[in-house]
This record gives sequence, structure tokens and C-alpha cells, in this order.
Amino acid sequence: MSQIIIDAASRPAVERGFRLQWEAAQNAFVLLYPEGMIQLNGSAGEILKRCDGTATIAGITADLERAFATSGLSGDVIHFVTMAVEKKWLQILP
Amino acid sequence: MATDSPVIAPARPGPPLWLLLELTYRCPLHCAFCYNPTDFANTTAELATEDWFRVLREARALGAVQLGLSGGEPLSRDDLELIVGEAHGLGFYTNLITSGVGLTEARLGALKKAGLDHIQLSFQDSTRQMNDFLSSTRTFELKSAVAALIKQYDYPMVLNVVLHRLNIDHVEEILDMALRLGADYVELANTQYYGWAWHNREQLLPSREQVEGAERTMKRFRERVGRQMQIYFVVPDYFERRPKACMNGLGSIFLTITPDGTALPCHAARMLPGLEFPNVRNASIEQVWYEAESFNHFRGDAWMKEPCRSCPEKTRDFGGCRCQAFLLTGDAANADPVCDLSPHHHLVTEAVARADRAAAAAAAGAVGAEPGADGVGRAAAGEKPLVFRSPRNSSTLHPTRDGN
Repeated sequence: MSQIIIDAASRPAVERGFRLQWEAAQNAFVLLYPEGMIQLNGSAGEILKRCDGTATIAGITADLERAFATSGLSGDVIHFVTMAVEKKWLQILP
Repeated sequence: MATDSPVIAPARPGPPLWLLLELTYRCPLHCAFCYNPTDFANTTAELATEDWFRVLREARALGAVQLGLSGGEPLSRDDLELIVGEAHGLGFYTNLITSGVGLTEARLGALKKAGLDHIQLSFQDSTRQMNDFLSSTRTFELKSAVAALIKQYDYPMVLNVVLHRLNIDHVEEILDMALRLGADYVELANTQYYGWAWHNREQLLPSREQVEGAERTMKRFRERVGRQMQIYFVVPDYFERRPKACMNGLGSIFLTITPDGTALPCHAARMLPGLEFPNVRNASIEQVWYEAESFNHFRGDAWMKEPCRSCPEKTRDFGGCRCQAFLLTGDAANADPVCDLSPHHHLVTEAVARADRAAAAAAAGAVGAEPGADGVGRAAAGEKPLVFRSPRNSSTLHPTRDGN
């Protein structure tokens, strides 16, 4: 099994069969998948909604830093995306 | 109030996040381990399409988001595509739970178009003989074809195989088959003993050695295939010492609507005595969920008896399964006897001991239930035969006053 490399150039997308959705009743983004649901915290929701398969991690990071007027999020984003790929929430598009 | 006795506040519950629609009790299979009630043949008319639409709209408005479409066999309803379309439009994540019988390419295409998110396909075993025997039909090849169709339409392939005494020794073959079919997920679902499965429990409960052997096989397989195929295996209740947090507590997140519109806090709850469950024909989902006494009854912990009431673990497992407590002890408010703190725990260990003895007898050469030429289970001397789920057997077990 080849190791998936996740870096600034990677383009993450929500895994096949998963759907990201805002749920007003839960006041949260949720990730829906076969017979299950994950309620996301604020920052996880903000990252995942930018994982559209076209944006790179560098682009997602820059967008988040702009939106929240901050900097230095790169490590956090890579860390989260890596975890989400391991959990099969996200896939890295070639 | 004792300080070591935390109280679960009966606060207004959250929304019914999980909605299960049992669209019909009609089913082309006759599985001996089905959890449907054995008296399903006495159920009156099914809800109409418009009724299901209203249930979907009202539940979604409260915050329901995961939708299971089950039965019986949901494909027996020719409006399934319409129901999926309505649910998808409302923002549900739609799961079809099916035997695959009736899933033609035309219907799958229409379901995909309607927005169906996910299909869970059930298999009874890895071999045609055992699959057909356990479901009392000839469906194995059909299911294999359906599995290929599911891949073709780009759905993740989720196989569900219900395990019990007669197939649990085939876990290796079952997983090999799943791999060959290209399954992404395999759920090895140990039989839960409600409905028909409860009726057949003495024939279906595996021995401890069988369960442990299956778990070892599953772990070896999991290491071998890695991420390619995810395998779920939950140790069956009867072999545990603590109960599961059944439904996360009744009335907390889960709502079932049966074919005739009865609303239940879990799919087996209709058996619970003394509770009048509302019907969506004359109650809104909001009334059902927040106002019905039968839904409020098992919320919080006022209903609990000892040893649950003063147990610090009650916030974790909510006393286990009410239906199991009722079936085994006759009182739904007792601790789930799976818990070894329950004074009724011996009812569980004795059932397992009987299964162990049956396995030992089978190993010593006695004949257990095996498929006969006519597909009817052959029983060893002194054993009850398996009773397969069918309208006829349902009517025989539960005759109505006019003799039907």
C-alpha cells in the first residue's frame, strides 16, 4: 500500500459517499456518510467546506487566513487533512 | 439524594436525528433471524405515498437528517423512487437497506437519479446453499448480480451479513466473497434476538467458541487486506458483561415509523407492554416525539429500578436494551440482563451454555439444523425446527379472532 503524501499542493475532496452539510438544528456543519454522521466543530467545518477537490491545501490555508484575519494556519490544516484522510472523510485527488 | 447516584435530567430531548422508515412488511425473503415482529401479518394497511412525504417533511423540520429506508423489503413499494426523491430534496442522507431482490438496473438508475446516497445490501452467507437456506429462497446469484450493479452505479459497496450459529464458522469465506465482490465495507452483524430471531434463538445463538473464533478470523483478515475493505464486527450482546447503550437511550435520537404508521423509539419497541405508541396518521412528528407519553416514558432515569438506578454507569449505557429486558425478564424496566450486575444475568449465561452444549453435541456427530432438499431445516431429535418469517407462519403464531 503506497503512503499518501499530504502537502501544500494536495487537493483534498470529501470522500465518495460522504456529504458535508450545514444543519441549523445542530448549529453545526455535519459530515454525513452511510448510516452515520459526524458533528463538526467550527474549525473542522471551515476547513472541510473548502475541500472541493480543486483548491490546494495552500489555497485553503490562504483563504482561511484571509477569512479569519490570521496567519500561520498551514500546520493545523495539514494536520487536520491528514487525520481526515486517515479516517476516510477526505480523499486526495491526483 | 445519594451523591454517588447521578440523575439523568429529563430535559427536552434533542431532535430525532435518525429516522427509520419501515415502508412495508412485504418481503420476498423469509429469514429466520429477521427482527420484524412475528405478528406482522396482522398489520393493517400501509401508509400511502403522501403520508410518507408528510412524515419526511415534519421530521426534517425538527432536524432529522439520517434516513433509513427499510422494511420488509423496501423495493416491494413501487413508490420507493418517489420517497427517495422527496427525502433527497429535503436534505436527508438517504440509506436504502435492502436484500437486493427487485433491484433491477432500471430501478437503480431511477433511485440514483432521485438522489439515493447509499445502499446496504444484505447477504445471508457466502455459499449459495446456506444463503438460500437461511433466507428460505433462491437468491444468491441474484444478489451477486446486484452487487455488481451497485458498483457499476458508483455506490460504495456495503455488505451486511447477519451472523448466527449456522453461518458464523464461515466468516473467512464470507469475507473472501465480500473482497471478490469489491465491497468497501462489510458489517458482520451478530443476530439480535428480537422478533423472528427471538423465536428461533435456541437454534441461532452461537457458542462462545464460535464467536471468539469468528473474531480471531476477522482480525487476521483485517490485517491482511488493510484499508481496501473496512470490516465491522461487534461482539454480540449475549457474550458481554455490560449492555450496549441501546438507541443511545430510548427517545434520544432514533425514531422508527412502521408500515402502518406506528411511531416507535426503536424498531422493536412495539412489544413493550403498557405503552400506547402514537400513529402518524393522527399525530404530527412533533407531537409524537415531544408529547407522546410512550416516548417520554423511558427518557431520563425515573423509570429505572435497581441495580441501574444507583449505578454510576447508567449515564453511559442507560440500563441497556428495554426490549431485551422485557423479553428475558418480563419487565421492561429491569436492567438489561446482559449486564452481570443484573440479578437476571444467569438467563443470558444459561442461554450461552445451552449454545455451547449444542455446539459440542454437533461436533460429537449429532445432526444440527441443516438444509434439507426442500429447503426446510432438519432438526435433531428433541430440537425445535427453525421457523422462517412468512405471512403464513406469522398468522399461525398469532391467530386473529376471525381465524386468519
